[in-house]
Amino acid sequence: MHGRPRKSSKPEDPAAEAAKAQLIRDLQSQLLANHHNKIYTKEALDLSAELLSKNPEFYTAWNYRKLAVQHALDSDPDSADSVLAVELQLAQRALVKTNAKAYGAWHHRRWVLSKGHSSLDEELRLLDELQKRDERNFHAWNHRRFVVALMNRSDEDELEHTKNMIEKTISNYSAWHNRSVILSNLMKKKVQEFSQKDQVLAREYEFVREALFTDEEDQSGWFYHLWLLDQTVKSESPLLVSSWPGHGAEVILLRGSYSLDGSFASPFNIYKSDSGMLPLILYFNQAVKGVSSTTVTVSLGPNVNKDVVWKPLSAANSHVARVWVAQLSFADVELQSLEACSVEVTIGESSGIFSSSGCHYSHPSRLAFSVNVKASRTESGGSDLEHISWGNENFHLWKPHNLDLNFVPIDQLSIKDAHEQAPSTWQAEIIAEEIKHFRDLLDCKIGKLTVARLLTAHDALISSGTSVHSEEILRLYGNLMKVDPTHSLYYKDEHSLALLNQLTSRRESLLNHCFQYVDSASSNDNNLICLRLNNLSLSRLGSLEKLLWVEMLDLSNNELQSIEGLEALQLLSHLSLSKNKLGSFTALAPLRQLKAVKVLDISYNEIGAHSIDTTRYLCSSPLSHSIESDWDCKEIATDGVNVANYWEAFFVLKPLKNLTQLDVVGNAIADENFRLFLAKVLPSLKWLDGGS
Amino acid sequence: MQMGELAADEHVKYILSVEKRKDSLESVVSEHLRMNGVYWGLTTLDILGKLDAVDSNEVIQWIMKCQHESGGFAGNIGHDPHILYTLSAVQTLALFDKLDVLDADAVSNCIFLFVICFYAPNSHASLETLSLSFFKSDIAGLQNEDGSFSGDMWGEVDTRFSYIGISCLALLHRLHKINVEKAVDYIVSCKNVDGGFGCTPGGESHAGQIFCCVGALAITGSLHHVDKDLLGWWLCERQVKSGGLNGRPEKLPDVCYSWWVLSSLIMIDRVHWINKEKLIKFILSCQDTENGGISDRPDDAVDVFHTYFGVAGLSLLEYGGLKAIDPAYALPVDVVNRVFLGKK
Ligand SMILES: [Zn+2]
Repeated sequence: MHGRPRKSSKPEDPAAEAAKAQLIRDLQSQLLANHHNKIYTKEALDLSAELLSKNPEFYTAWNYRKLAVQHALDSDPDSADSVLAVELQLAQRALVKTNAKAYGAWHHRRWVLSKGHSSLDEELRLLDELQKRDERNFHAWNHRRFVVALMNRSDEDELEHTKNMIEKTISNYSAWHNRSVILSNLMKKKVQEFSQKDQVLAREYEFVREALFTDEEDQSGWFYHLWLLDQTVKSESPLLVSSWPGHGAEVILLRGSYSLDGSFASPFNIYKSDSGMLPLILYFNQAVKGVSSTTVTVSLGPNVNKDVVWKPLSAANSHVARVWVAQLSFADVELQSLEACSVEVTIGESSGIFSSSGCHYSHPSRLAFSVNVKASRTESGGSDLEHISWGNENFHLWKPHNLDLNFVPIDQLSIKDAHEQAPSTWQAEIIAEEIKHFRDLLDCKIGKLTVARLLTAHDALISSGTSVHSEEILRLYGNLMKVDPTHSLYYKDEHSLALLNQLTSRRESLLNHCFQYVDSASSNDNNLICLRLNNLSLSRLGSLEKLLWVEMLDLSNNELQSIEGLEALQLLSHLSLSKNKLGSFTALAPLRQLKAVKVLDISYNEIGAHSIDTTRYLCSSPLSHSIESDWDCKEIATDGVNVANYWEAFFVLKPLKNLTQLDVVGNAIADENFRLFLAKVLPSLKWLDGGS
Repeated sequence: MQMGELAADEHVKYILSVEKRKDSLESVVSEHLRMNGVYWGLTTLDILGKLDAVDSNEVIQWIMKCQHESGGFAGNIGHDPHILYTLSAVQTLALFDKLDVLDADAVSNCIFLFVICFYAPNSHASLETLSLSFFKSDIAGLQNEDGSFSGDMWGEVDTRFSYIGISCLALLHRLHKINVEKAVDYIVSCKNVDGGFGCTPGGESHAGQIFCCVGALAITGSLHHVDKDLLGWWLCERQVKSGGLNGRPEKLPDVCYSWWVLSSLIMIDRVHWINKEKLIKFILSCQDTENGGISDRPDDAVDVFHTYFGVAGLSLLEYGGLKAIDPAYALPVDVVNRVFLGKK
């Protein structure tokens, strides 16, 4: 019931209303009786018509009418035209006189029309009449699309129709929507005057700008403008953005307890792996499918390795992901070999990699790096296990010994420039033009937001890596948080993304966050470099494509509710998320893919404190049919501990087979029972909340 | 009762009394969707911790009387079966932990029927003969070419029915029987440039439709098809000055969108982008604190539909004293966990 005032719930004329109720009740029960007994006499049909004009929501009556039509056509096929005309009238009366949103009446009309006996001329007139009364009636718009398809009306004519509707009322979002649908179609088909994308977009920018400047509060043009921006900057075909190891990297793979003396190697390029496995990570600009040993060739020295198995890093068990990883085996490389092994990777030379929308990966690219295996004959065993303490005193700003800053892994991103042609000037021009216009609208929310988005797009487009406008972008989002407090956390998330982009796009700023971990209480020099992004009031993670090299990451003292995307950091072995706003274990689902994690600090979050879990469906689980359940309460339960509420922890932590140190203190869930449960499901654990 | 607090007792009384007012005009014209009403009312009672105020046997008996021989359920006794009411029946039985009274295969076969009816919407065959031919055929071979779902044997296609079919089959542990990938592809084909979803390809985004599509993608582990930031921005901009949520740009706020918008925002983990306190205030301002019930907007007439969506919305907002509700299955979390994570 919509829009009916509360006080009239006591009818003005109770007797009249009771009579009306009785009438409809009688019609309804008679109709059901006729329906069950398959009675299609004129009298019975009239009764159903009367009922439907009074209550078009009574769906069984529409079904009855359809059966009656079939009955009539079966006995006299020539009567089709007249029989169906009656049905159209009936549906029209219900829509025009009683309820223009009655699903059953609209469907009945379509059902009749698709039989192909009726003229369609009446349809557009009826739609005009209904849309004059309610130009946003989405049933009418759906019907219009249906009719237009039946009539073969041209997309150009329909595009013109949306223009007329918008010019009549700029706040007709339905018309803007339909315009986006038709225009997408015309651009896809490259119909003559729509074949030049830059010209089409320039025209549309001008059209929507007019609407936005007429009434900046009116949302109708907002989403259309954002779509145009997306159309301007988005590359249809997928691109490789970064990789680990990067192009030109000289990786030292340490096996066993081999220790490097001296400072001849950048710690960024050292990777420890007892098994001799080296992860190879490919990061694309959008989710892709089809990464395999056929589409990506990996050569170790002169030999093509055909056995490389590629794994998508995605939440569900889908075969589409932005990040793909393969494990390259160096187990057979002779120990102490002086020669570095050269690795060459070519991506997309044979077709088969596609975006999720079906676009072909059309920029075949190549990257080469070397791997130098250093191994000792003794296995490291577990003896060098050491408790990690995240206290500030253990971190010392890392100073490169060598002035050659090329050791810093940021250069590994150069792959981006290697294959991408210079950014088309028309895109940069269009965006610069838009920025100029929208600077006049900076006194309102949508103006600020649009400028921030345009500047972000501009930076990404022209300056490959450096962010010239980052200060202004940060200022705009900071300001938006104040002027539109209702959506302040939206702007805060955008602010976090802009901040991380700024921080990771320049070598100097990134170096300010690189620390050497040296435990003052220990003599062991484990040569760990920690990226410390703590205390930045981050509410969201981003720019992870530039952080694939990170093995130790401190994100403590932020405002993270999610770690979406963190699964890309396949080298990660030490992670602190202490003192954030993580609300559940499902929010930690990306950890399931980070099998190298040994040390994890999730203390002082909000796990267990919320009744509603906002990441419940972003995590693979039996609820989303994306994982087989190996959860068995009975098997896990110990000494009367009720573990029913721990299934999320089970799903997320169980795959972390290398976890030796875990801190969970300071979460609502972390009571003594929970600790018993953890000890049971995580046999590799050595320290829980500091204690052994 | 103070303004600004949930009038829980009054709402319970209101829901229990609706059943008794069968002769009012309002209940006569909504007789055909009584099955929905039962689900809305009883789920509200469960969220309020008062499900035991009704006689479950009586309800279950009535539900089973609405089952058609095809396996599907009607909105009321003697009406035609429809997928809309089949889901409500299954959900209500799940509330009572009584899914075992159903022949799950019969119900899910009827849903397959609705899937395939899109194939032959103008067929003269009756439901019974269609059903007969269906059982002789290979399910995979019969599934609708484009993966869509119809609401009943008459072939109306809508992503609402995709959600309903998928949710229903999942609750019955029969999801593996359909081609989930195709069903997901169809939903994805209804995605718009604003990140939202429509009824059919090209249809305008609408919060109710978005719930259905996002919900279906959630249940099938396919949320990676959603552009969470784009859709999240569209959804969070549904919050208007009064704190309430509308269902499309430039429309009035309405309590029922507290559910459609909120649950979608929760499923894509973007609910922090709206102001929860303001929304709580708006929902509470739509209560009839005297006689119970919640309306679409302040001072409008209350109904069970908006009472359910208001209370469920408050539950999603973690309002105190309410049972948590699951954003995808629209059932209390403990019920969903019981169905999917097994018995304790
Ligand atoms: Zn409503």
